[in-house]
Amino acid sequence: MRILVPVKRVIDFNVKPRVKTDGTGIDLANVKMSMNPFDEIAVEEAIRLKEKGVASEVVAVSIGPVKAQETLRTALAMGADRAILVQTDEAVEPLAVAKLLKAIANEESPDLVILGKQAIDDDSNQTGQMLAALLGRPQGTFASKVEVERSSVVVTREVDGGLETVKLSLPAVITTDLRLNEPRYASLPNIMKAKSKPLVTKVPADYGVDVTPRLKTLKVSEPSVRSAGVKVPDVDALVAKLKELGVA
Amino acid sequence: MTKVLVWVEHDNNTLKDATLAAVTAGAQLGEVTLLVAGAGAGVAAVAAEASRIAGVARVLAADDAAFGHGLAENLAPLIVGLLADFDAFVAPATTTGKNIAPRVAALLDVAQLSDILSVEGPRTFTRPIYAGNAIATVESSDAKLVITVRGTAFAKAAATGGSSPVETVSSNGDAGLSSFVGAEIAKSERPELTSAKIIVSGGRALKDAETFKQYIFPLADKLGAAVGASRAAVDAGYVPNDYQVGQTGKIVAPEVYIAVGISGAIQHLAGMKDSKTIVAINKDEDAPIFQVADIGLVADLFSAVPELTGKL
Repeated sequence: MRILVPVKRVIDFNVKPRVKTDGTGIDLANVKMSMNPFDEIAVEEAIRLKEKGVASEVVAVSIGPVKAQETLRTALAMGADRAILVQTDEAVEPLAVAKLLKAIANEESPDLVILGKQAIDDDSNQTGQMLAALLGRPQGTFASKVEVERSSVVVTREVDGGLETVKLSLPAVITTDLRLNEPRYASLPNIMKAKSKPLVTKVPADYGVDVTPRLKTLKVSEPSVRSAGVKVPDVDALVAKLKELGVA
Repeated sequence: MTKVLVWVEHDNNTLKDATLAAVTAGAQLGEVTLLVAGAGAGVAAVAAEASRIAGVARVLAADDAAFGHGLAENLAPLIVGLLADFDAFVAPATTTGKNIAPRVAALLDVAQLSDILSVEGPRTFTRPIYAGNAIATVESSDAKLVITVRGTAFAKAAATGGSSPVETVSSNGDAGLSSFVGAEIAKSERPELTSAKIIVSGGRALKDAETFKQYIFPLADKLGAAVGASRAAVDAGYVPNDYQVGQTGKIVAPEVYIAVGISGAIQHLAGMKDSKTIVAINKDEDAPIFQVADIGLVADLFSAVPELTGKL
């Protein structure tokens, strides 16, 4: 089977984002960028399915600026076979990303599309579900375990209160949760090898998809700052404080 | 008047609290109708409970085996069909809401507004981005709105006082794409994490599952609190995943949040920094958690927590 893995280039998860003083967005100039952590988990799962002999080919795809090539090279160095970059300098909303991925899925006919459950920049948690809807395929969101059977896939999902297992007919769309796996580091030889793997570049117009945003960001502001607290010297003082709050 | 369809979160038995916050958000947009979809006798019980919620115009009840386990493939067509008569769909940002709403939005060809914090105007909302490190004010240009609501950001609608009529709606059946296999729902005597007034949360410093139980649980029980955990504690296997508080776990905002042995990484703070009072117990006085804590105690948790539990 073929697996399609969409990956997103985002601000590194260790970086504390700074809001621009003019309120138009987050300052991303000279900030370290990386592959979205949930997408690393998606790539890892696809590679593991290939190593088990379940998948024959893993195709990584990213939608974003020229620099998203680096993110795709990371996926190739982890073990993906080839990559597609849909290049655009505009911010593309989940719905438009889902439409582009649908068009790519129609060309590539993957049996599985594995995405991260959310991108740590816009925190939307929408793209996988939207893609499944547009393709008319089932969705296994927030997956912590994936088992491919002959014509179906069994997905254990992290839900409020515990775990839930669902069976989806193939082809299907899966989104990864943190506990699905531990992504590997790309080795130096594999990073070198990844440089010669195929990477084709397209633009949204190639797929006839209109990426005009539906949501207009009026402003981006800092969250309200908590006022400075106090440190108490010992447990007795803490108990007194808790009593003041009426919880003890 | 704007007509709003609000998704009722339930377990085929009782209505979940998260629904009440979604009702409040929905009511700020227009006239609220509730949708109870489920399977069997529980649907009528939940619909009856829903009809008592204050400020609701009517309740729609859909009963079909296909709706029993919240499968998005079966529920999205039902909701999309009903939305012909509505201007907005509002769901709580629970795992069920997050699973269904984007599928509905895509079928309607509209962008979704995830996890809103406030309603600023008929089409304008605020929502957190970058793990809550920034708040975006966004305006939708779509014909219909699809919204998920952060439960902790809205007051809960009164669960009683209303008496709205219940109408039955027909099902379009099973889409035949997916099926429910089973569930492992953690049983707990303690309050539910997302609705608890007090939360005691433990981090990596608790060392292992045994010490987590030994130090955190008695303190929580003394306070009648729910128990939470950092990602590090969950990854290390001290407690199950659904205890996790943070950007990728649960978002909580209790009256009092007691962080024990938690350093305070950005991703953890994203899940709890709207708590009314934050208490931190950590032996590292430079831990980032102290920058948001209202009350801090620099101490070794293995001596401070039992002492605290004993003195309460």
